[in-house]
Amino acid sequence: MGTATAAVELRGITKRFPGVVANHDIDITVRSGTVHALMGENGAGKSTLMKILYGMQRPDEGTIAVNGEQVEFNTPGDAIARGIGMVHQHFMLADNFTVLENVVLGGESLYGIGAKAKAKIKEISDQYGLNVRPDALVEDLGVAERQRVEILKVLYRGARILILDEPTAVLVPQEVDALFGNLRELKSEGVTVIFISHKLHEVLSVADAITVIRRGTTVGDADPKQVTARELAELMVGSELPSPQSRESTVTDVEMLKVDSLRIAKADAEGIERVVLDDISLTIHKGEILGIAGVEGNGQAELVEAIMGMLALDAGTVTLDGTDVTRELTRARREAGIGYIPEDRHRHGLLLEAPLWENRILGHVTEAPNSKGFRLDPAAARQDTQRIVQEYDVRTPGIEVTAASLSGGNQQKLIIGREMSHQPKLLIAAHPTRGVDVGAQAQIWEQIRSAQREGLAVLLISADLDELIGLSDAIRVIYRGKLVADADPATVTAEDLGTAMTGAARGHIESDESALAEAAVIADQDLGRSDTPLGDTDTTDTPADDAQAGE
Amino acid sequence: MTTTQPAKRGFLQRIDRERLILALAAPVLAIVISVLICSVLLATSGKNPIDAFHIMTNFASASDGQVKILNKATTYYLAGVAVAFGFRMNLFNIGADGQYRLAALFAAYVGGAVNLPSFIEIPLLLIVAMLVGGLWAAIAGILKVTRGVSEVISTIMLNAIATGVIGVLLVPGIFAPGNAGGVSNSIQTKTMAASSNFFTITTQGGSLYGFVILAVVVGVAFQLTLSRTRFGFDLRATGRSESAASASGVNVKRMILTSMCVSGALAGLIGMPDLLTDSHYFGQNFQPGLGFTGIAIALLGRNTPIGIGFAALLWSFLDTTAVMLPLQGNFPPEIVNVMQGTIVICVVVAYELVRRYGLKRQQQRVGAQLAAQAASAEKKEVAA
Repeated sequence: MGTATAAVELRGITKRFPGVVANHDIDITVRSGTVHALMGENGAGKSTLMKILYGMQRPDEGTIAVNGEQVEFNTPGDAIARGIGMVHQHFMLADNFTVLENVVLGGESLYGIGAKAKAKIKEISDQYGLNVRPDALVEDLGVAERQRVEILKVLYRGARILILDEPTAVLVPQEVDALFGNLRELKSEGVTVIFISHKLHEVLSVADAITVIRRGTTVGDADPKQVTARELAELMVGSELPSPQSRESTVTDVEMLKVDSLRIAKADAEGIERVVLDDISLTIHKGEILGIAGVEGNGQAELVEAIMGMLALDAGTVTLDGTDVTRELTRARREAGIGYIPEDRHRHGLLLEAPLWENRILGHVTEAPNSKGFRLDPAAARQDTQRIVQEYDVRTPGIEVTAASLSGGNQQKLIIGREMSHQPKLLIAAHPTRGVDVGAQAQIWEQIRSAQREGLAVLLISADLDELIGLSDAIRVIYRGKLVADADPATVTAEDLGTAMTGAARGHIESDESALAEAAVIADQDLGRSDTPLGDTDTTDTPADDAQAGE
Repeated sequence: MTTTQPAKRGFLQRIDRERLILALAAPVLAIVISVLICSVLLATSGKNPIDAFHIMTNFASASDGQVKILNKATTYYLAGVAVAFGFRMNLFNIGADGQYRLAALFAAYVGGAVNLPSFIEIPLLLIVAMLVGGLWAAIAGILKVTRGVSEVISTIMLNAIATGVIGVLLVPGIFAPGNAGGVSNSIQTKTMAASSNFFTITTQGGSLYGFVILAVVVGVAFQLTLSRTRFGFDLRATGRSESAASASGVNVKRMILTSMCVSGALAGLIGMPDLLTDSHYFGQNFQPGLGFTGIAIALLGRNTPIGIGFAALLWSFLDTTAVMLPLQGNFPPEIVNVMQGTIVICVVVAYELVRRYGLKRQQQRVGAQLAAQAASAEKKEVAA
């Protein structure tokens, strides 16, 4: 089938947003009449890429070719005109309209709104086996049926290239199978499908080709007939960390943070009280890194906010270095020595439109050198910002520029520099390397390690299991607001940890020796692979639109 | 690092100059556009716009006109600062209007009831006004902090309530003297003792409010508080990002309450220039609406003390000279309202456009600068 010209060819696509590079140097070739899967973790840059292909956003660099022809999309209308259609993760249907009305909405000029349109819908439905009833009200339809309406809507507008954004996220397993049946039908009729997902087995069962995206760039193509789920996972998550066994322990037996039977219940949108943290107890010693593993939304954010004093507790105590801080406010806790690298640095860590030196003051306004008594000391703060910029290798032309003009990695380095400048006793690091390029990532890991050697206690929360295993001295697994399992990073694999994160395993988890050995081998191979991206960080880490613009 | 120093300095200077130009671009653009719109309006109604502007500038160049403008601008400045204080932390105090009227009523009542030496009487009256304004604003603050009521809604409602409260209190036997004397129908508080008269500066064009000096002091204090104190930093941080401020340890609730009170206290001063210099009593004809003028002025002045100063002068110039339009050339004075309205709309749009442009431009500059640094470092390595 049509392998001669590619249906879609993306070359060197780069897209920058203020402070972060969402995509860089993306290369993808989608053969016509195939199901091509695009894989990657949350935040890897898949959605941005698809928005570019669908004309919702314009790339800063790179070219798009459809059916061998160079194109430039300014609006989704341009993409539709080229036969590209998108089925969004969240359906865009009017509930109180019939299927027919929804399909013709905005496409009235194609086949009218009457009998002709209905006939066309029936025709498409039969041709691809979509089984759609044109006169049914959308609000009466189930999720799977609505999804088929969305697909039909796109085909009705003449799409020959379909983009499906995480289509299986909302479906139960049987519906997933039915959807895959539809996709095969579409394929046999010559339609090209681009399928976005991060579920390994689904991709392996339906895709003809796979492209993996990690940290905003394509890291490899895979043939689903030859690749294993494990290899795919390795490609997706990556692992640039040396194996955990290679370093000696700095853990002491001085308790730095003690959290005792913490409980928080919050009322949700419907007013039903939901327990978000349930009987959480943990202890972190001086010089220890405690990793918290878990699928996002299982209470990690609340745990951090509870320790920071940003959320009120329903029960339990928080003790820092022998002092009960349960009743203290956030500022007092920070003064007592908690450093905080927030999960969402734009929301919680920075004042984006303020200059760097003001950002250096943020969170430590009561401490030297930022203030003397009630007076601010901008001169000293500026001077100290200069020091942080140099010591932590924050790449910036000066300290008067706004935080928004730095790349994500440099913003993060500034935050880490700031938090480390106040002799913290405890560092809370929530996803410290998220959205950070590879070069800055290694620096951040090294900074956390060296602080640990000096006796810092670290609470590390991360979605990157290799980061957790590589950095932590002990790992706890959080599931539905409870700490359900614990593990020693030296004796556990990412896979077994992943199983525990779904709530399937409890208590102490330990992987068998052969799996560990295998993981170690893979880690070593990955080390070799990671050399390349490390080498060109200077060029990937700048939010410049054009390197020549300043000349 | 030392070798790159000169280049770095040059870059920063450029950014600063650009920032200045960008900051001025928006208001200048807004004024130009509104002048154009008004000119078209006047021309289509058969009047010569140039004559109208001539009348206005003529009056403003006479010394009595200038004094009038300055006096009015003093009041406007206080109104602008009161509103801007809330704006700086994203708190929309729409209620300055009710706050200052209520404050003026109480100050006038106290002023009529006691007769102390000036150096006690005047500070006492100012403090009463600030206290009443602050407490009235605190109601909105408390509602927001405890019940999550939007301060926009509650302050608007409190304006209406303030009108009602004033109506209830300003009756013979409560705040107005028991027997109005039958001279006029107007109900008002007892005229204050002479010791409460605020000093004025005598000039060729008439007497200039001594409150001009107080307004300058308020402006300087506002600036110093914002840029040089911990409280000011917390306030600005909360205004820029409430989530980041709260993570940084700012007690946002307390901050909301405090700034609402300060904003209200400043609003309490709005009525004082008139009360302590001109009218000396609070009556039904006490000028309303200054709180809303303050919102426009704060917006135009970008919530900075100096910007508000210019905005207050401009507003006062427009209001004062508008009176001359029907007298000297049969022009409709309403044209000034049109002008003020278009200025506010244009300036809001222009500030947002300029802000986005500036942010994007800086990002590009920083990127270019970094790329250039990287390139020159590479060259050096090659040379070595």
